[in-house]
Amino acid sequence: MTLTVVPDSSLLPDLSKVSQVDEVGVNERAARFQTRSIKKESKIEALHMILSMIDLTTLEGQDTSGKVSQLCQKAIHLHNTLPNLPHVAAVCVYPTMVGVAKKALGDHKINVASVATAFPSGMAPRHIKLEETRLAVEEGADEIDMVISRGAFLQGEYGLVFDEIAAVKEACGEAHLKVILETGELGTLDRVRRASVLAMHAGADFIKTSTGKIQPAATLPVTLVMLQAIRDYFYDTGRMVGMKPAGGISTAKLAVHYLVMLRETLGNAWMTPEWYRFGASSLANDVLMQLQKQATGVYQSADYFSKD
Amino acid sequence: MVTSSARIPVEKTYKIYIDGKFPRTESGRYFALKDGAGAVVANICRGSRKDFRNSVVAARKAFAGWSATSAYLRGQILYRIAEMLEGRQDQFVAELVLQGRSKRSAQKEVLASIDRLIYYAGWSDKYQQIFSAVNPVSSSHFNFSVLEATGIVAILAPDDDGLIGLVSNIAPAIVGGNTCVVLASETMPLCAVSFAEVLHASDVPGGVVNILTGFKDELTDQFASHMDVNAVVYADHASAGKIQTKAADNLKRVVARTDNKWTAESAQSPYLISDTQEVKTTWHPIGS
Amino acid sequence: MDNQNKLAFDGGWQYAPAPESTDHITIDGQYGLFIGGDFVAPESGKYFESINPATEEVLSSVASASSADVDSAVKAARKAYNGPWSKMKAAERGKYIYRIARILQERAREFATIESLDGGKPIRESRDIDIPLAAAHFFYYAGWADKLEYAFPGKRPVSLGVAGQIIPWNFPLLMAAWKIAPALACGNTVVLKPAETTPLTALKLAEVVRDAGLPDGVVNIITGAGETGAAIVNHDDVDKVAFTGSTGVGRIIQRALAGTNKKYTLELGGKAANVIFADAAIDQAVEGIVNGIFFNQGHVCCAGSRLIVQESVADEVVQKLKDRMETLIVGDPLDKNTDIGAINSASQLETIESYLRLGQEEGAEMHQSSRDIPTTGYWCRPTIFTGVSQSNRIVQEEIFGPVLAIQTFRTLDEGLSKANNTPYGLSGGVWTDKGSKIFKMTQKIRAGVIWANTFNKFDPTSPFGGYKESGVGREGGMHGLGAYLRLEG
Repeated sequence: MTLTVVPDSSLLPDLSKVSQVDEVGVNERAARFQTRSIKKESKIEALHMILSMIDLTTLEGQDTSGKVSQLCQKAIHLHNTLPNLPHVAAVCVYPTMVGVAKKALGDHKINVASVATAFPSGMAPRHIKLEETRLAVEEGADEIDMVISRGAFLQGEYGLVFDEIAAVKEACGEAHLKVILETGELGTLDRVRRASVLAMHAGADFIKTSTGKIQPAATLPVTLVMLQAIRDYFYDTGRMVGMKPAGGISTAKLAVHYLVMLRETLGNAWMTPEWYRFGASSLANDVLMQLQKQATGVYQSADYFSKD
Repeated sequence: MVTSSARIPVEKTYKIYIDGKFPRTESGRYFALKDGAGAVVANICRGSRKDFRNSVVAARKAFAGWSATSAYLRGQILYRIAEMLEGRQDQFVAELVLQGRSKRSAQKEVLASIDRLIYYAGWSDKYQQIFSAVNPVSSSHFNFSVLEATGIVAILAPDDDGLIGLVSNIAPAIVGGNTCVVLASETMPLCAVSFAEVLHASDVPGGVVNILTGFKDELTDQFASHMDVNAVVYADHASAGKIQTKAADNLKRVVARTDNKWTAESAQSPYLISDTQEVKTTWHPIGS
Repeated sequence: MDNQNKLAFDGGWQYAPAPESTDHITIDGQYGLFIGGDFVAPESGKYFESINPATEEVLSSVASASSADVDSAVKAARKAYNGPWSKMKAAERGKYIYRIARILQERAREFATIESLDGGKPIRESRDIDIPLAAAHFFYYAGWADKLEYAFPGKRPVSLGVAGQIIPWNFPLLMAAWKIAPALACGNTVVLKPAETTPLTALKLAEVVRDAGLPDGVVNIITGAGETGAAIVNHDDVDKVAFTGSTGVGRIIQRALAGTNKKYTLELGGKAANVIFADAAIDQAVEGIVNGIFFNQGHVCCAGSRLIVQESVADEVVQKLKDRMETLIVGDPLDKNTDIGAINSASQLETIESYLRLGQEEGAEMHQSSRDIPTTGYWCRPTIFTGVSQSNRIVQEEIFGPVLAIQTFRTLDEGLSKANNTPYGLSGGVWTDKGSKIFKMTQKIRAGVIWANTFNKFDPTSPFGGYKESGVGREGGMHGLGAYLRLEG
């Protein structure tokens, strides 16, 4: 979705009016999703959905074009012995690897997502962040995963954070913008909620929990608070914003419970890769093992699934 | 024939005490209190069900304020009642004697009554600490239980101890933040009316204590059945069945205080306060 | 004001049925009365059926105790009281109660499954709440057995004798635990009657009591309807009556006990206000509303059945509540994903439905979730009424079903006044982010349990019980001991 007007911080809502969050209540609700028992055909359907929502990710200092190419092969060929598997939604890499990924993925309908804006710390001048964003897009990135300036946010400089997101959004052009809040550095669920509201008003297409470099990364309670912020924004504006929990979701079982939470918070419209992603590197193989188990009835070993 | 040197004593009119005022019974009825020799000691108001109803209205009106009064202040007010009573000992002794007590026994009862008020005054900011609890629940919640006044306590005062029986039942009720409506001893009503005057002079807000005189046979049913009364206290075995039956109309707390020797120290206890208290438990999450 | 931007919860990905298996439980075809340590046939030879309210199938037939049977049970309890139980060291008594707790933990899933079969409550609740709490209750009170004097400064606590206990159908095993555990810890023996629609877990508990090796007659469990309960209440040799149920029956019991020296505790009805301020954490408040009224099909005496919401957030709260209701799964109680199970009985369903009609006749607007419900058995969709006023009967009377009446308020005083405008006083809720307002509200709401920024939480250490017509006395916690003791000295 492209905005015709670049929002500026005069459009920033009064964050002090954003609904408070009670941590214990959120934890209780999140725990309830985990009591859902997802079996049989609903489990297989969920596992396929999860695969299709994965942003297969490598964000290491040691990344090479070889590593990225292999990851792209994995994205295309998740597990060829299982028929009718979906492909993942995207491959997520650093800007310098966008070209490599683009080439490796060829005509496959798998997006290339690139982190940008001095990922993961975001500690760089704005013009450099914008330049990096434009470069990634020029290299062919379909999606940009930016980080917010947490320091500025914690200092209460909401206008600055807002303008930065809006500027990056403009720099993205046609590329979709995911805004990483790095919830592990925000400290409270109240701040997570406010940052979510801020990012959506500034033009985010997606909001995302974490870089994966900070603990805690995605959790069910944090994700729930962000989903509720998305719902309230939708109630108010009619605009759908996507959600991407990232980091720490490595088992199929946990990912299924994220889907349960999504379904019971935002409903069916969000249950597609267009509106929901998992940022993960090892989740795919656990999902594949579960699918193989469902197909064969036999519990699986990691040795039989390719690691790239 | 009145001689010029003799002064006519001014005799006291015994009235009832409702909402901080001393009206006569609205019914206009009275009964004659007689001494052992059959001589009339005083005409006493024969309170009616309407007097009782008016008292309950006054007690309900006073409840919000009195139950929210600080424990410290309630203690000071009870202490003040004791001070006032201390200064009027002679009057109460004389009244008890008029009602058939020996002077010695009357003096003992008055002193015990003063000390009882001091006893309960001291409990005002302590009973809560004895009976409250922080409950270590398993979930992430802070949970505590405290006592709160149950509301309006209807007290059918003991027959035999015109002052100490009255004081021993009013004090624990009001120190705990309740308001009350009391039916004084039918056979020894004088001290009750005078005690109302002491209350009136002691910063006890109007309506917190309302004292009626009259016939137990006539008023017990009213005390037990009124739907805006929260607890009923009685001292007389014979009334038990009737009171409990009527109390069920709105599930009043029924407190039996039979067989007490009211002048004895054993008749005072913080458990008399907790008898007319409710336990309230509050939960709140612990989080951020 | 309806928002145009709607979420869609129908269709799409569905949860496949995930039923709890029943192959690990046994329910006998017929149960006698547990008296004096044995299951015995009722004197009259009469039995009645207990059915599964989700399927209307018969689960078992259980004995109908006559007054002669009640007399045998009380005699057995008296004999056990005069015999081993009152002579036993308190610490040893406690160990027996610990045993009950442990066996319940071991057999937890079996109890949960039977509870859901017999009463219709979702297995998630019986598994995660009822049964663990019941075991925890025994565990908590076991430890009190030899420490009672510490709970009553300056007094010497003495056991009462035989306690007659009558429990309702909404939390069958949990209520049995609430009754039996403190009674035993305080040195009494008991005769307990479960509700006629949900007798099975109490009868299973009788097996546990036997397996725990308690002396014969310490716990007697007899089944029957109202007359059986009346026979317990009126039995001359019962020293204490503990009842949980309707306010109407509570009144009858208080009258029946008039003039006797029996102690009593009554845990009765409620119509709790759940007050939501504009500054509350709204999403958690909505969860609190859901938990407050839809927990256990609304068959909860302390249910938050009156929502009192500040006008400025009323539309938002109602919209979120409606969306949330769409995600509540009504159906097979044994399905692990069921949120709302079966209404406990045909007669209770009829009561609830009569209130649904009444609410509409009174002019309130009714909204129910659109989810499917099964065709056999007794079911009620989660229901809310808006546009109600204090004078409506659905605001004043306890419905005991998944039915919420929603009112609005402007100022704190107005909210408080509405909250307290009821003859009941069992529980209440308040939601606000402001600390001083929490304390003002929790102090001023006239009820025995107040949940602030939470609702429907229970714990063995936490006293429970009502003000006004919601009952007399407390159960749970240290304060629950007083109901089963006489204080001397």
